[in-house]
Amino acid sequence: MSHISDLIATDIESYLSVHEKKELLRFITCGSVDDGKSTLIGRMLFESHMLFDDHLAALEVDSKKVGTQDGEIDLALLVDGLAAEREQGITIDVAYRFFSTEKRKYIVADTPGHEEYTRNMATGASTADVAIILVDASQGVLTQTRRHSFIVSMVGVKRVLLAINKMDLVEYSEETYNSIVADYTNFANEALDIDEIVAVPISALNGDNVVELSDRTPWYKGHSVMEYLESVEVVSSSLSRPFRMPVQWVNRPNQEFRGFAGLITSGIVKVGDKIRVSPSGRESTIDKIVTMDGNLNLAGAGRSVTITLNDEIDISRGDLLTTIEHPCAVADQFQARILWMDDSAMMPGRQYLFKSNTQTTSLTLGRLKYRIDVNSLEQLPAKVLDMNEIGVCNVSLANRIAFDPYSDDSSTGGFIIVDRMTNNTVGMGLIDFALRRSDNIHWQNMDVTKTSRAEMKTQQPKVIWFTGLSGSGKSSIANILEKKLQSMGRHTITLDGDNVRHGLNRDLGFTKADRVENIRRVSEVANLMLDAGLICITSFISPFESERKMARDLLEKNEFIEVYIDTPLEICEQRDAKGLYAKARSGELTNFTGISSPYEAPQNPEIRVDTLNSTAEEAADQIIDYLSKA
Amino acid sequence: MTHLQRLEAEAIHIMREVVAEAENPVMLYSIGKDSSVMLHLAMKAFHPSKIPFPLMHIDTTWKFSEMIEFRDNIAEEYNLDMLVYVNPEGEEMGINPFVHGSAKHTDLMKTQGLKKALDKYGFDVAFGGARRDEEKSRAKERIFSFRNKSHQWDPKSQRPELWNIYNSRKNSGESIRVFPLSNWTELDIWQYIHLEKIPIVPLYLSKERPVVERDGILVLVDDDRLPLESSEKPMMRKVRFRTLGCYPLTGAVESEADTLPQIIQEMLLTTTSERQGRIIDFDGTASMEKKKQEGYF
Repeated sequence: MSHISDLIATDIESYLSVHEKKELLRFITCGSVDDGKSTLIGRMLFESHMLFDDHLAALEVDSKKVGTQDGEIDLALLVDGLAAEREQGITIDVAYRFFSTEKRKYIVADTPGHEEYTRNMATGASTADVAIILVDASQGVLTQTRRHSFIVSMVGVKRVLLAINKMDLVEYSEETYNSIVADYTNFANEALDIDEIVAVPISALNGDNVVELSDRTPWYKGHSVMEYLESVEVVSSSLSRPFRMPVQWVNRPNQEFRGFAGLITSGIVKVGDKIRVSPSGRESTIDKIVTMDGNLNLAGAGRSVTITLNDEIDISRGDLLTTIEHPCAVADQFQARILWMDDSAMMPGRQYLFKSNTQTTSLTLGRLKYRIDVNSLEQLPAKVLDMNEIGVCNVSLANRIAFDPYSDDSSTGGFIIVDRMTNNTVGMGLIDFALRRSDNIHWQNMDVTKTSRAEMKTQQPKVIWFTGLSGSGKSSIANILEKKLQSMGRHTITLDGDNVRHGLNRDLGFTKADRVENIRRVSEVANLMLDAGLICITSFISPFESERKMARDLLEKNEFIEVYIDTPLEICEQRDAKGLYAKARSGELTNFTGISSPYEAPQNPEIRVDTLNSTAEEAADQIIDYLSKA
Repeated sequence: MTHLQRLEAEAIHIMREVVAEAENPVMLYSIGKDSSVMLHLAMKAFHPSKIPFPLMHIDTTWKFSEMIEFRDNIAEEYNLDMLVYVNPEGEEMGINPFVHGSAKHTDLMKTQGLKKALDKYGFDVAFGGARRDEEKSRAKERIFSFRNKSHQWDPKSQRPELWNIYNSRKNSGESIRVFPLSNWTELDIWQYIHLEKIPIVPLYLSKERPVVERDGILVLVDDDRLPLESSEKPMMRKVRFRTLGCYPLTGAVESEADTLPQIIQEMLLTTTSERQGRIIDFDGTASMEKKKQEGYF
């Protein structure tokens, strides 16, 4: 099974002509933590002589240093590539490995078992022809086994090899094996869309049934893992499906040539075929199929080509070419299954970006119809999807797009969801079906509201209301707080004497009535800022309890955070940075809070900052800490 | 379809995605065999148009002279927009791996040089010819690999990459390295060069060349900058190179293979991996991952 063939030494030219025609098989290995995925791949590489001497030497050193096999060769170290993984003895990210046999070249995606890395697993599975799902014979089918199988099925893998590993731990018991296989098959029949499941009892550690059939399992009459991989049918069904080519790029070297470049994702196209362009619906016929190696008469799924048409019609990136007989669907609203992949939960009503093949547009997710519990397969009510959760909802796009339902064609029915702020890929989706116009989604959140504005900023709007004596430190703390919030990507505004007293409230003085009016106007402005989705910091002495309550009552519960900057009068007076207290004491300034006008300390502020025992920096952190828990 | 046809179609698809979505892409051209394949695929991807982006070679001033000659010939023959960048800081100090050491030379001329060049021209996407079979940390890298403003790679927060849908969104100042040959192996590269008759630097083929032996490594006497110990006399040996880089840092192997099929034959029968001829990988297993985090390709 190795690539070491006699031909290499004796007749390299013949060897090359055989090997240039090999097929490619891509598979993933997945399963629960410690099921032995890395060990299995390491075993396949080892047995297929794909390891060079220097790799083996490095492996021996590593096995002694960080191995888990008591200094014996630890094959898992061959595949655990990132330094963090080697130290922790787990697999964090998908690692791609390569080996080949006389018949096939293999690309293996070794994927992480831990639940938090499910998205990495989906990455590995999405390009695989076959999935090897490992089950620890001593543990049986676990939650992770079901989750991984579910995702493998969801991303479109149709063939599963169920490897019951660590048979050595259960004394190669046929009974144990049969019961696990039955257990899994029951689950798969109910939950998965898989064409074929083949089970093999193995021990990756000892090599049983990995390459050669083992005499420790005389009761097993099937193939070894390698025998299965060598013989499984890889000719995908994509050739027999209707022709699809998403246009990637328009090739215009000069006025005479206008070609449409793309990868044919399904079917076959021939010169002279009538084609339709979606979503525009325009039609034409194929003039030429151009490649650098010469023009083709026909081309099939998997080829990257450039197509010219007989009519000059407007086609650009994002359009989908199909045959006239089998056009695709066009819609801007549909039902989709979503797998969420980001730390911050999926929010119905929030705008994201939609990307499928070559089409990018704005997407809004509707309310969740339900969430799927991968273990019980129950449909549960849910408001949001957290990382690694799967749900079904309606989605609405800013433009009509060309697509096929995912169950008809996975290459034109899948999409990714991108966060507008972080640019991260936060989810994957599968289109179930288009919604009829009459089924228009009723958007609870489609109106522009405080909530929708705030969601665009991915934050919760708040008013952070500072109160305290003149010179207590309000402005310094507010200033540091705003800088910190901004560095966290928050959208903020500060209202203080400087930007309010000189403009909006320039007509007001410092009498009690004017002070009340001052705070009333500030409260209203803060409320508007809140409506805009901002985090609004106000920094005024605001000496009267009743005005602070008025400000509070304008807002909803939890939106108003009163921060009492508690600095004793003596200290403020000692500091007196602006010389105001001196002027107040000398009578030059009248109605000065603390001296000639009262200050009503808050009774129940959300936050009290003790400036005698904390710096302005610490005070800002104290407020951020409160916000993050609120 | 054969495996090479599938790999070719995938690489072309990747390159077209970049051209359709990037603002200012560039192809990093190292003159080696992988770059030759990448260039060939780019010509296929955009035929009959010219390649719609420049190529850029980060020159360390210590490359084999045959590499430079090959680069200039290819650029002329295919009418390529070929940029050559030398880190001026290194040029000023007269960078010399013999004087400054290989680590400093590589860091300054390759890692820092690359970052400076990308900043200078404002390239937002750079194609690289790295393959996942080369090294363990590369085996885990996405095809579209994100770099922050300091060109650093964060292996722990890679974006999911589903099907053949690539997310090329980034904020200004950030960049993406794209690896169209991610799924190719060394053998695939050689088979494809053979099949498509792609020109490569003749240093890959065995020939009588003047070398000296140092610490078990055969170093080519490429020009008169190589300081020779009094005991060292250049000797003519039939040698070739499995990998190309800076001549003082790249060991030759003795070989009789002077045709492509013979190279492939030798490679298949050999028992040491390709990067072993390179000196930069020797300092610890995780060293490539560290270099990548710092911005090395």
